[in-house]
Formats: sequence, C-alpha cells, structure tokens
Amino acid sequence: MQSTSHAFKQNAHRALHDPMLQKAMGHVRSGFIDKRVQAAARLPEFDQLRDQAKAIKDHTLAHLDHYLERYEAKVLEMGGKVHWCATAEEAREAVLSICRSLDARTVTKGKSMLSEEIALNEHLEANGIEPVETDLGEYIIQLRKEPPSHIIAPAVHVNKEQVEADFRRVHKNLPPERSLSEAAQLVDEARQVLRQRYLEADVGITGANFLIAETGTSVIVTNEGNGDLTQTLPKAHIVVASLEKVVPTLEDCATILRVLARSATGQEFSSYTTFSTGPRRPEDPDGPEEYHVILLDNGRSSMLGTEFQDMLRCIRCGACMNHCPVYHAVGGHSYGWVYPGPMGAVLTPSLIGVEEAGHLPNASTFCGRCEAVCPMRIPLPKMMRHWREREFEQHQAPAKARLAIEAWAFVAKRPRLYRWATSLLIGALGRAGRRRGRFRELPLAGGWTAHRDFPAPSGRSFQARWAEQQRRGRASR
Amino acid sequence: MASEEHSVAPPKMPRVGLFVTCLVDLFRPSIGFAAVKLLEDAGCSVVVPSAQTCCGQPAYNSGDRKDARGVARTVLRAFRGLDYVVAPSGSCAGMIREHYPKLFAGEPEEAEAEALASRTWELISFLADVMKVERVECHWPARATYHDSCSGLRELGIRQQPRQLLGSVEGLELVEMAEAEVCCGFGGTFCVKYPEISDSIVSKKAENIENSGAELLMAGDLGCLMNMAGKLQRRGSRVEVRHVAEVLAGQQEEPAIGEPAKQVAK
Repeated sequence: MQSTSHAFKQNAHRALHDPMLQKAMGHVRSGFIDKRVQAAARLPEFDQLRDQAKAIKDHTLAHLDHYLERYEAKVLEMGGKVHWCATAEEAREAVLSICRSLDARTVTKGKSMLSEEIALNEHLEANGIEPVETDLGEYIIQLRKEPPSHIIAPAVHVNKEQVEADFRRVHKNLPPERSLSEAAQLVDEARQVLRQRYLEADVGITGANFLIAETGTSVIVTNEGNGDLTQTLPKAHIVVASLEKVVPTLEDCATILRVLARSATGQEFSSYTTFSTGPRRPEDPDGPEEYHVILLDNGRSSMLGTEFQDMLRCIRCGACMNHCPVYHAVGGHSYGWVYPGPMGAVLTPSLIGVEEAGHLPNASTFCGRCEAVCPMRIPLPKMMRHWREREFEQHQAPAKARLAIEAWAFVAKRPRLYRWATSLLIGALGRAGRRRGRFRELPLAGGWTAHRDFPAPSGRSFQARWAEQQRRGRASR
Repeated sequence: MASEEHSVAPPKMPRVGLFVTCLVDLFRPSIGFAAVKLLEDAGCSVVVPSAQTCCGQPAYNSGDRKDARGVARTVLRAFRGLDYVVAPSGSCAGMIREHYPKLFAGEPEEAEAEALASRTWELISFLADVMKVERVECHWPARATYHDSCSGLRELGIRQQPRQLLGSVEGLELVEMAEAEVCCGFGGTFCVKYPEISDSIVSKKAENIENSGAELLMAGDLGCLMNMAGKLQRRGSRVEVRHVAEVLAGQQEEPAIGEPAKQVAK
C-alpha cells in the first residue's frame, strides 16, 4: 500500500470536514468502550491475565528464534510447509507461486492486516488472479476500493446507506425493489453473493492471530465464520503471518485469547476461534490438500533488542484506537498507511520509516488511555516519545519547533534569566488583556487562537507576589 | 507507582516545597495562593523555592532529552532538603514522579531523581492521601462538574480525591459530565502542532460540559483549563472555569479563567 502518512495533516483536515465520516466515527466512540469495560468487569482475574499474556509474549520474543524453528518443524511434521520471507516482495511472490502451481483463478481471503501490509490483492490482480474478501467489512471496502480504517472493523468509517449504494452498484442481480435498509438485510445480501465465491475459489488465504510452536497450528478468530469457509473449502490454504505471532504452547494461546476478544469487542470469546494444523489427513472429512505458511519478517526482527521491542507483543485487538481521542477525531485513513491509531503510530515508523511517518507519533496528546486499556500492557505513549527522540537526535523534527524548544530550554535552565524574561512577557500580555480577560487573536499563537480564546495572564507572576508578601512578613494577607 | 516512602505517615508539620509550575506562576498566581492556603490549613509549613522554573515537559515530550534533563536539574537543585514537593498539577507532578527516574537513568543524579520522585505529589491527592484531609471549610453555591486531566488520572490515579473534597464544599452540587475521563485535546505542544485535531477534541469536550448543565467547570491542571475555558468562551458559553484548588480554597473574589477582573470601587 502506498503510504500517505507524510500528509497526515492534510488527511486529517479532510477527515475533520467529512460529515459522513464524522457521523460514522461517533459509533466507534460509543460502540466499543462500554462493552470492553463490562467484559473486563465480569472477569475478576482480567488484569492478572493481562500480566500473564504480557509475560508469555516477552518470553517468546526473548527466544524467538527457538520458537520459530520449533514451529516450523511441527508444521512440516503435520504435512505443511513454511515459507520464510524477509520482505513484502518475497511474501507476495511466494503466495503467487503457490497460486500459479494450482492454476488458481480466484482466491478467497479471510481478514488479514498483513495481506494489506504486503499489498497482496493488488499483486494478485496484476497477475490475473481475482482475490475475494470474505469478511463483511473487508468485502465492503474492497468494493469501495479503499483500505481498512480500523484493524478489526475495517469498514467502521462507512455508514449503512453507503454500503447499500455500493451493493446496488456492484451486485448485478440485485432487484431494485429489495429493501437493504437494515444491517441484517445487508449481511444477507453479502452472504448470498459470497457463498458462490467460496465454492469457486482455488485457494483460501487467511491471516493468523497466533502460531503455536508446540503443535504447528495457526489460529484465527472471527465473528462471521467466513474464515472457516475460506480455509477449508479450496484446494490450498495459505496462512500469511508475521513472525511475532508465534507463542510456545496451546495453553499460552488460550491465555491470550481470554484477553483478546474482551479487549477488542467486549465479547468473552469471538464467535469462531479456529485452529488449523496441516492439510487434510486421510481420515478427515474435509480440509485443504495443501497447507502453506508465509512467515514474514518485513522489518520486525530489527525491532528486537530496541526500545520498540515491546510493540511486538501487540495482538491487534484495536482497543488502543477504540479509546484514542485523536483516532476518534480523524479516523483511520488519516494515518495514511495500514495500521492506524496508537499502535499504528508506533509500528508504522518502524516498518516504513520515521521520515515518512513522523507525524504519527507526534499527533498524540499522550493522554495515556491507549496504554491503560492495552491487554498486552504496551507502553504506547512512551514509544511514541522514543520516536520523537529519534527525530530530534537525527534533526528530523521541524527546524522551527526545534529552535523554539531549544530557546525556551535555554531560558528555563537559568532561573534568574527566566524570571526576568517571563516577567516582561506576562507584564505586556497582562496589560494588553486586562480589559477583556482574554485574547481572540494573539501574534505567534495563531494555532491556538484560530479555534479558542487565549486567557490573559494577570500580569504579575506568583513568584513576584510571593516575594513581596514574604518581604512584608505576610502581615497583610 | 507508589513507593515505600509514600505510605509512611507524614512528620508533624511537614516542610512542603510548592512547585508552582510555569503556567500557574505566569498565568494564574491565584492557584498558587490557593495551594499555599490548603497546605497550611492541612498543617504543612510551605516554602516556595525561588530558583524553580518548569518541570521540563515541553522538551521531554518533544524528544529533547538533553534539554529536558537540563531543566529538570533546576528542579532537583531547588527542592533539596524538603519533606515533600507538591504541585497544583497532575501533569507536572506526574513528570517528576513517573518520568524523572527514567530521564536520569544512568546519570549521576539518578538516585537524587528517584528520591525526589518518591517525595513528589499532586496537590489534591497529597491533601487527601498523605495529610488525610477529609473536608474543607468553604461555601461555594454552584452546580459544578469536574474534568479528569489525563496525567493525574492515569499516571497518578487521581479520581476520587478531588470529588471527595469537593463534596464537602457547602452549596456545591457536583454533576458528572459524559466522558469526564477523555482528554480535552490540550496535550502541551500538541494543541499548537495539530490545532485542527485539538479543536475537534476540545469541541466535543465543550459539548459534554455544556450538556452536563454545570455552571462551573473544574480540573486540576491549568493547561487543560485554559484550553477548555478558551473553547467555551469562543463558543459563547457562560460556564465559569476554575482550578479545583481555587474552589476548595474559596477564592471567589478571583475572576474565572479568561474573565476580566471586576472593576469594584473600594
């Protein structure tokens, strides 16, 4: 996917002036938050499980090579194949060559953010293979030729009326008199169209929420059951997964699953949690003949051992963006690449470079709500600050902002100079603002006064008044 | 992170250094005087070191650790030898308590930074949690709402302390607004780096404040208060905005934030 992260401000400007989007984002604010709170409250050991989940991932990341090799050995033993890919390009080619070996014409796809990251659909289309998204949200945005705007609710930016219009535009056999005003009717319509596509598909591609080293299993969680049809009906099942998805044991996977759905949608468990181990065995009634895992690095291993390693604990639940005031304001597309919200603000610079994505870790108030709800206790604000530090050290921060901070710090490090300089400044501001108590416009503060009034200082600092009181022995107080 | 020292009972008349904070010092000294009154009423002996400037957050959050350390050193130096350091701001107290130890990790001042962190408190939580203040003697008839500023709430766990003390103010009716725990969009330099996004966030906050029916808005951080007051006033709202300490100290003669001083002939 071509990034527009460098144009974050312009993207955000458009989003803030898009009434349809603003309406849709209102649903995010109200939809996810209460459900998560209730789900967490129903499970007394929820916070303890978060600690356990974090410990599992920390352990795995400390021994990642070991668990990945164990995982591969087990996949091979179960009759599958692991394709180690360092880059997005290698991963795309690996998928394409499997599809070609089966003369595939269409592939069905379960929801996979990693396939967005490697721009798989575009690559397949360019090579004459039709990808069909089967997750309802992904299907909708595929029709709209848009990227996802949320990692678990890809079409959260779209309203019902827009979906109806898309279906009427694309579904040729849809009678105009049929009502599609209800969400359930839209789901039925999509389901009917997709049923046929499952049967036609030669290859099914899914992502993975977990890879289990102990058993060689890949795990997906869905609410629509589309992933199961995608991976069992075609001749081959291809799993695309990044290497930090591995966990040591089935038990570890179960522990993390207990915090995943609760954090994501407020469900105790997703409707479907599907474990896939190897291709169909002779005694199995169904299943794919071939089972492939595309195991992708794409920059993640270079995060190991750095201040960004904690980010590799992320299980993609979306809680951080569900609780982010900036995400609520500008929506996922403003972030300009695959991963939006706080997790995207940390991960995107790691994957495509801070030169391209520098706005993302800067566009945060550090309100800390993301970290407070992250089931894996990822210190997201701290890592955004680390990106700012890197930018500052490498002189990538805007020169004007840098100069302002350095000038301010020069003064703030020298208390006597600070006293003198600030008393001049607030003295002048105090005199100018005395009559109204505030400013509607102020030179050099246009970013503030464009949208709000600026309260005027009273004119004399606390320190000056305090010193005066002390001199008078505080008798007059 | 509550350290061991935080749970120890305070000395009889603890010596408290008031960290005024740069915004209060320059923009609203009345908050500083309110803090002094509340601390003295609680039995503290208050000193105000004159060599203090700012906690260093603007540099720290801009990625400039070196300058942040430089500014933080002025705080380390200014507040030596005191029982406690108290700030009328969750954000600045959080900076000292949660971030100074990380900022000075591996530096010669590491131990000093950790010691300072363990002695530092936000004003309202200090009154309630350390000095065990349960009520204030003050009368303020108003329908009021309280905004939870982010650092105080999520870094320092300040939530029920201000509500408890405000509950003892005679005549004050406390109503909860929707999303009281959601950021107001200030975010320090964020509000000038991303003014449109900040405006969208503070606009939603202003709607929630207005919909609560309150005539008085309070919070524990002047940055957030200036942001919300500025937005409310731009919208033509009549809601008064004040720091929670000013209300607890009964400073009714002070004009609300962004309001002109009353021209009263004495």
